[in-house]
Formats: sequence, C-alpha cells, structure tokens
Amino acid sequence: MIRPELVCPAGTPSAMRTAVDAGADAVYCGFQNATNARNFPGLNFTVPELEKSVAGAHAHGTKVLLAVNTFPPAGKVDLWKEAVDAGSRIGVDAFIVADIGVADYIHRTHPDIRLHLSVQAAASTPEAIRFYCREFNVKRVVLPRILTVPEIRDMAAAIPCEVETFIFGNHGLMVEGRCSLTNYITGLSTNMDGVCSPAADVQYIRDDAGNMTTRLGAFTIDCFSCSENAGYPTICKGRYQAAAHEGPYYAFEEPISLNLSALLPDLMSAGVTALKIEGRQRSRAYVKKVVGAFRKAVDSIMAGNDPEIAALIALTEGQKQTEGAFKSKTWR
Amino acid sequence: MTHADHPATISGLGQRVVRLLPPLPLFLLQPILRRIVTRVARKNPDMFGRLGPHLRARFVIDPVNLPFVLLLRPDPNDLLLRACSRRNIPPHDARITGGFLDLLMLVDSDLDGDALFFSRDLTITGNTEAVVCLRNALDDVDDSIAEDVAAMFGPPGRMTLNGFRRMNERRGQNHDPS
Amino acid sequence: MAVSELMKLTIAPIPFHWDAQTKLDFYARIADEAPVDVVHIGEVICSKRAPFFEKHYDTVAERLTRGGKTVVFSTLAEVMLPRERKMIASYCAPSELLLEINDSSALWHLEGRPFRVGPLMNVYNEATMAYLAGLGATHFSLPAELPASSAAILAATAKSLGVTTEVQVFGRASLALSARCYHARAHNRIKDNCQFVCEEDPDGMPLKTLDSEDFLIVNGIQTMSNSYVNLLPELEDIRDMGITHVRLVPHTQDMVAISRIFHRVIAGDLSPDEAERTLATLNIPAPFSNGFWYGAPGHQRLAHKPVAAA
Repeated sequence: MIRPELVCPAGTPSAMRTAVDAGADAVYCGFQNATNARNFPGLNFTVPELEKSVAGAHAHGTKVLLAVNTFPPAGKVDLWKEAVDAGSRIGVDAFIVADIGVADYIHRTHPDIRLHLSVQAAASTPEAIRFYCREFNVKRVVLPRILTVPEIRDMAAAIPCEVETFIFGNHGLMVEGRCSLTNYITGLSTNMDGVCSPAADVQYIRDDAGNMTTRLGAFTIDCFSCSENAGYPTICKGRYQAAAHEGPYYAFEEPISLNLSALLPDLMSAGVTALKIEGRQRSRAYVKKVVGAFRKAVDSIMAGNDPEIAALIALTEGQKQTEGAFKSKTWR
Repeated sequence: MTHADHPATISGLGQRVVRLLPPLPLFLLQPILRRIVTRVARKNPDMFGRLGPHLRARFVIDPVNLPFVLLLRPDPNDLLLRACSRRNIPPHDARITGGFLDLLMLVDSDLDGDALFFSRDLTITGNTEAVVCLRNALDDVDDSIAEDVAAMFGPPGRMTLNGFRRMNERRGQNHDPS
Repeated sequence: MAVSELMKLTIAPIPFHWDAQTKLDFYARIADEAPVDVVHIGEVICSKRAPFFEKHYDTVAERLTRGGKTVVFSTLAEVMLPRERKMIASYCAPSELLLEINDSSALWHLEGRPFRVGPLMNVYNEATMAYLAGLGATHFSLPAELPASSAAILAATAKSLGVTTEVQVFGRASLALSARCYHARAHNRIKDNCQFVCEEDPDGMPLKTLDSEDFLIVNGIQTMSNSYVNLLPELEDIRDMGITHVRLVPHTQDMVAISRIFHRVIAGDLSPDEAERTLATLNIPAPFSNGFWYGAPGHQRLAHKPVAAA
C-alpha cells in the first residue's frame, strides 16, 4: 500500500499553520479573488500572505497546492495568468486547475510545476483524464464525488496519473464545475466567480417560535423548525415541493457531510494516492480536529492496525454524515 | 439595513454563567470593554483586511444567558465595543446570538462556527456577509484573544477564563468531538 | 441583407424523455415545416433513455436531411459507466457524422476528427476556445450562463480562428448536472430502478419553493431553469457581435411556430416587439428570462440594452 498524502484545507494563513501542525502532508489554498472556487468574503490569501505561508509550510516539509480552479470568462483571463505567475514565483508545489485554457498556459509557461486536475474539471472517465494527461502533462486528478470505491479502483488502474479523492467535508450534490444554480438566483457564477450561495445574498429570518427561514436572493430555500439541525444555505441542500412528492422534501440532498473514515482502508488499497479534506471556508478548530483525526487514522492503517476513527459528527453539516456515492450505487 | 429583532431563545447551560458574573452596572463595564477591543486591535492589525467593506458594520453580539448584549464596530480608526441593555438594543447590521461560552470559544477558534450553526446553537440575522467576514478575520488570529484579554486582568482574569474553559470541557461530546 | 448572411437557427437536442412516437412526430414536423438550418438529435441527459430511440436515428436523420436540415448528433453530457464510455467511443470514431460533444471524455477519441462543442462543455474564454479549435473543434455552442460581454469576445475569437459560435435564445436553461437522478428521488426510487418516471414530465418536473413559488425544473440528473430563456430583443446584438447560430431548446409547445417567430425576426420580417406578442399567444407555461446574458441573476428578465461587439 502506498502511503497516501493527506491534503488539507487552508482558508487563512492561520488555518494553514494549524493544518501543518496537525499533520497535513499537503495544504491547498487560493488567492483572494475569483481565481479559486472558494472565493468567499474575508477568506483566502494575499500574495504576501501566501509567500510567507509557503515558506512556513515548506520549513515543515508540507507541500502547498494552489487552487486556480475556476473558469476565467473571456475578457478576464489575465487575472488567472497573474495568479499562476504569482504562484510560480512564490514556489507552490502544484497548481490545481479546471479550465483548459489555464491548464495550457501553465503547461507552456511553467512546465516544471506540477499540474493537478481539479474536481471542477469533472473528469469522470479514464478517457477524460487521459486527455488532460496527454495534453497538459497532468500529474494528478481529483475525482468527482460520484464514483464508488470499486469504480475508483478501476479508474486508478486505467490512468497514467495519481488519484486524489475527497474523504471528508461538504458534500455538494451537483457535479462540480457543472452547476450554475447560484448564478441563476444571484447573478454570481460558481464557475466564473468562484462563489456558491454568496453570503451577501443569504438571509436568515427567525420567527418568534425559533423557526429559521433561509433565503437566497429572492427565494426561500429552506425553513428549519427550532428542533432541526441546519445546513449550508445552498440550493442543492434546500427543501422544495413537487407534485410527485408528499410535502416539502430535500429534492436534491439533505444537509449532510461526506465522511469516508470507515472506507479509508478500501480507498488506500484501491490505489488512491491522496486523500482530500474539504473545508477552506471552515475554522481553525475544524481544521485541527479533522486533520488530526485523519492523520491518526492514516498512520494507524499504514502501521497495519485498524484505524481509530474519532467521531467527527459534530462538525458535519446537519450533524449527519454519509458515505455518499462512494459506498454504493444506490446513492444515485 | 438594520435590525431590531427578537432575542433568541437558545437551550443550554448558561444559567451558571450568569451566576459567575457579578451584577455589574453597565457603565462600569464600558471602560473595560474599550480597553479590550483597543488591545486586540493593536495586537492584530492585519485582521481588519479580512473585513473588506464591513469595517463600519455594527454587530450585536448576543450572549443569550448574559443580562446584556455587546455592540461591536470593528473599524480600527473608530473602534467600538459597548455593553447595551437588552431592553434597548441599538440599531445594527447583523446580530450573532449564542450561548456565552460558545461565543467565547468561537472568538478563540476553539469551536467551529459552522458546526454551531448546523446544531442551531448559533444564530445569525441581518447582513450575513458581514458576519462571515468578521468570523474569518477572527479566525486568522493565531493567539488566543481570550487569554490575552484574561491576562489584562492578571491572576483573577486567568482564573475566570480557566473556570469557563473547564465548564466548557464538562459539557462533553455535544460540542467537542475530539 | 443576403440570405446567406442570416444567423442560422438550430434546434437543440430534446432534453426530456419523450416517447419514441412523440419524438418521431416532432422531427417530422421540424423537417417539413420549421425554418431552421440545423437539428440536433441524440440523448444528452441520460444513457438509460437512449435505447428507446436508437433504432430511429437513421430514419430521423434521413428525414431531416431531406427537409434541407443539417443533422448533428449530440453526445451524452455525463459519462461514467462502461456502457456510456462505449457509446462515446463509437460515436467519436471517424465517420461523416457531425458530432457535438458535451463531456470531456469525448476529447480523447477525437484526434484528427472535426467536432462541435456543446453548451455543456466549459468553454468560457478565448484560450480554451483556441485550444479546442486546434484539436479540431469547428463550432462552439456557448454555456447558458455566459454573459454577453464574454460572448462578444468569443465571437470575435471564433472569427479569427475560422470557427462558428452559437447561443441559446429560447427555452429552459440547463443549470446543473448530477450523478443522482432527482426524478427518481422525487418518486422515492433510485436511478437504477427509476422505471423511467421522467417520462411523466415532458417539460420537466417543477419544483416550487416552500412559499409555493415556481423555482426550478428537474429533468432526471439535470436541473433546469423554470423560466424560459428568451433573447428575441437581443437577436440583433447577437448578430452584430458575430455569433453565427442561435439555438432553440425543444419543449412541448409549438416549436414550429416558435422557430418561425425567431426566423422572421432574424430575417428582419418581424420586429422583436411584434414577435413577443405572437410568442405570448403560444401558452409558454413560465416567465421569460435573459438575466445570464446581462450578467444578472439568470431568472430575471431585464429590459433590452445593447451590448457592444468586441
């Protein structure tokens, strides 16, 4: 079994230090603009912050992967090129990309820096992945969260690059890189602006009884009674009504987080080379606990023992966890 | 946009906390709060960049089990942290409501704000983006703000903080999974 | 203006699960009556639906060609399973078939073969367009959410590359794809045991908010807008920026009548205002929208304002 790389989220310099201290083999992060898919207010790195943070991470032997994984709209491509050039100057260990134009730019101008294909590229077959490897010398693919473990095993055997899969965190229901629900409601695009349910368009309204209504733009996307756990204010985790279904229901998915801790040994033996924890938008407390728990679990599996899986349920969305598509095709 | 909404009712511990605090007249609190916010701002000048356009936002921080709320304006050139009576909550852009211990641990990144939100122990009303910015600004402060503040008050301050932390630990699995 | 310079009208692949006879009737009418230049056939959304119509493709293509239409075969938007990968490989093999691809899986097979790029491929900028044109792409149908400012630049880029461009001007917009089937989910089923419930909703399954407002449309693994994109007032700007084709997404409403309205506006025989009034008589069951075109929330319809060509 290969020792997998634990790839951890860093939304701020402080979160990056926390992830490094908690045992991350690699951290991923982005700049404070539309060039990455977590372009949230107050989050991410300025160029000087990243420069300092990369030096700090490298001093501990931790790699830094820079997400430049959105799709530049025509007329704005320079911002993405600047992000790539800055990353190269700073000495990041890899770029995580989705757009063909951005991948081509890196391949031509910074051929010595590793390219990882972002989950946002939605490459879900050996053919799609081989295409990116052939054209841009992609070294690793982050697989969409739609494959079962046996499918991942077949995939790993069929492609000429490393495989990274998500193991914990927010569990988006739409194929990444192929969702414009946010843009339909708010005018900001997940692909082009790097936002999903931008906070400026989110409103929580409490009534006297303690029920909480979630509004996104001009629409109500959910209402939690006072005894119900809540989730992120995303369209794909909202409750709606359909004629075919009795009463309001989670038409896409309920608030729930992905947690593959129990599947770790299977994933590792399936040939997965990197395990990714979602959550650049989360706090240092989350990073510390989740990274720490998975560090222990991976080390324990590598030592030939059963993994110790700390209960991470309190950190999950809706206080619920799922193995999603990874466990069984019935999820689909 | 300003709000003057209803105080939240949040289940939880809290009552013990109230008893820990002396029934201090608010006017006595104000200079202490001013010292706290000035000191935190001076020690962490970089945090304000994360507030973006929300430096001038007025946040009501509402520890449900304390007899007062706090009004915060995180503008380094015009800082404001003031205790206000629950009977007269001032106009504000956003309100953050939760148990006192939760809010304290949140400031220190000992607890994850999203998790508190999911479990409904934390409520946000008003300008959500301003709250997200404030959260991210506080989360990027490495040192413990609570410890720093406690140190301002010498041994009694540190004892009080340790008391709070022990209380928090005793709450068990619900809030702290590690 | 010479007829040859008019923007071409295209019929998008049918996104919904219509039964074979309905599809045959639809294509027969389009072939005989609709003033459109290009007609897309093929199942883009769900590979499980494909077998119901596969045996009719030859007949339909021949019928449309006799009607003077260019026939383009559109491929699946989401490719995962071995069966789906085989479908892609077989369609992408060298042949005379005009092919529109909707997933990057197809790119692996296409070396040296001309192809068209569908709106579900992520072509947002000139660099990506140029790269794919270098691989043999001849035509780009732009993503539904792309704003006019970027479409104008892409139209100019396409011209310099010697390729053509298209935007959707009518019908529900595709908003998201998933591995999960939401039609099956609404009926408490899973995708493998869906029993083709999506056939019950020939224009998709409406989702309403908790306030009973119309919101989204479920079409199997696809989520669509409730509103119908309508860029009738913008057609002149679209032409002026150098877009060569405009696309109508099929619905159960009278697509022949709808295509005639668009054709007459393109040909200059009908003003956009008159066209709107005619369209209003055709029982479109949802509001119109153009928000994406103006960089606004996609569900909104903004008053027409000209967008400069690049």
